[in-house]
Amino acid sequence: MNWFTKTFSSTVGRKIIMAVTGLFLCSFLVVHLIGNLQLFRNDGGEAFNVYSHFMASNPIIRVMEIILVLGFVFHIYDALVLTRRNKAARPVSYANNHPEENSSWASRNMGLLGTIILVFLIIHLWNFFVPARFGGLDGVVIEDVEYDNLYLRVVESFQIWWYVAIYVISMVALAYHLIHGFQSAFQSLGLDHKKYTPFIQKFGVAFSILVCLGFAVIPLYFFFLV
Amino acid sequence: MVTYPIKGISPDMSFLEMMDVLNEELLLKGEDPVAFDHDCREGICGMCSLFINGRPHGPERGTTTCQLHMRHFKDGDTITIEPWRAAAFPVHKDLVVDRSAFDRIQQAGGYVSVNTGGVPDANTIPISKSIADKAFDAATCIGCGACVAACKNASAILFVSAKVSQLSMLPQGKTERKTRVENMVAQMDIEGFGSCTNTGACAVECPVGISLENIDMLRSEFIFAKATSENL
Repeated sequence: MNWFTKTFSSTVGRKIIMAVTGLFLCSFLVVHLIGNLQLFRNDGGEAFNVYSHFMASNPIIRVMEIILVLGFVFHIYDALVLTRRNKAARPVSYANNHPEENSSWASRNMGLLGTIILVFLIIHLWNFFVPARFGGLDGVVIEDVEYDNLYLRVVESFQIWWYVAIYVISMVALAYHLIHGFQSAFQSLGLDHKKYTPFIQKFGVAFSILVCLGFAVIPLYFFFLV
Repeated sequence: MVTYPIKGISPDMSFLEMMDVLNEELLLKGEDPVAFDHDCREGICGMCSLFINGRPHGPERGTTTCQLHMRHFKDGDTITIEPWRAAAFPVHKDLVVDRSAFDRIQQAGGYVSVNTGGVPDANTIPISKSIADKAFDAATCIGCGACVAACKNASAILFVSAKVSQLSMLPQGKTERKTRVENMVAQMDIEGFGSCTNTGACAVECPVGISLENIDMLRSEFIFAKATSENL
């Protein structure tokens, strides 16, 4: 192994990858949420359909899409490698253990929370991303141009109560994942300073709750108000 | 697991003295005593261990097992005692584990090389108070392994980070700082410890209060070393 692969296959190095990809995925959440705000415009979905067409066709977005997929792949792959290693590091577990006395529930269950998010991601992509990107949606004409009517798919999907429930539960899982993950990423990168760390920790909690609340409001809005 | 009933324990006894009473009784009955590690019995050697009622060094914070008193338990309680559980700390016998993985990590870089020569005057190298304090705090690590025992991943990073930052902060240790962190992290991985997920359990359970700041320092040392050292 050369120095580069040695660095990023060490336990400390893999956490650097987890941190960088994790923060990158956080930035994606912000962009995604801002885009989704188009859904709240009272225009029958015009703005949202034009926006989703832009997202599916713009070349810069297409490049970012590949980087985003790589972000998910590296984040999940390293999580799997490290989890396997961590399980092997304690082959016999304690008969009597009280981890709740020394650490938060979220910090000890990042793998479980991540798995819930992954299952959600697959459902979410299958329902919205795959038809939007590869076809299968009804058309709608906006100012003489035909667009895919992704808005209709959103409205229809969120009339189903269990679908709304999956979304809300997944966003709670994401919130807990981020509450630990956001500040943990800065620690994994060795970024700790008396002046900034308290702010990063508070910002991380606020960020996690607000972003996930923003996403969770969308299915609830369509279920109860549209 | 074996349950032993035990009588005549004074609240002022330390946990290890309670173990002594138990072992004396067992010896008188002609049974094998329960093997456990201990040495100085004043909280500085790092020899005692024991995972007591689900916590390393027992339920009290900031104490080693030898400093834990029986007054923290109720009469008639059943106390569970387990050894540190980690692949890198194989069990020798009963409650005694082999912690020589820590020694090998130290040998990989936890030292400062001093060439022979005249003795320099004291205080010729200025060190700021804050650095001296931080290095001293990191140096209080007694290497007991409670951090590994507490961590859900059996990660040794709090121990390694205390050793790395203690030396790398001081001028005498800066000469070898890059190679030190690279080699110590590599040895930590070879020993089969898990990776850190920043749960913070280690620092809570550490009997001498080694802070999580050391782990962040280890990581920035690691990134800096990997990016700039000449070791391929």
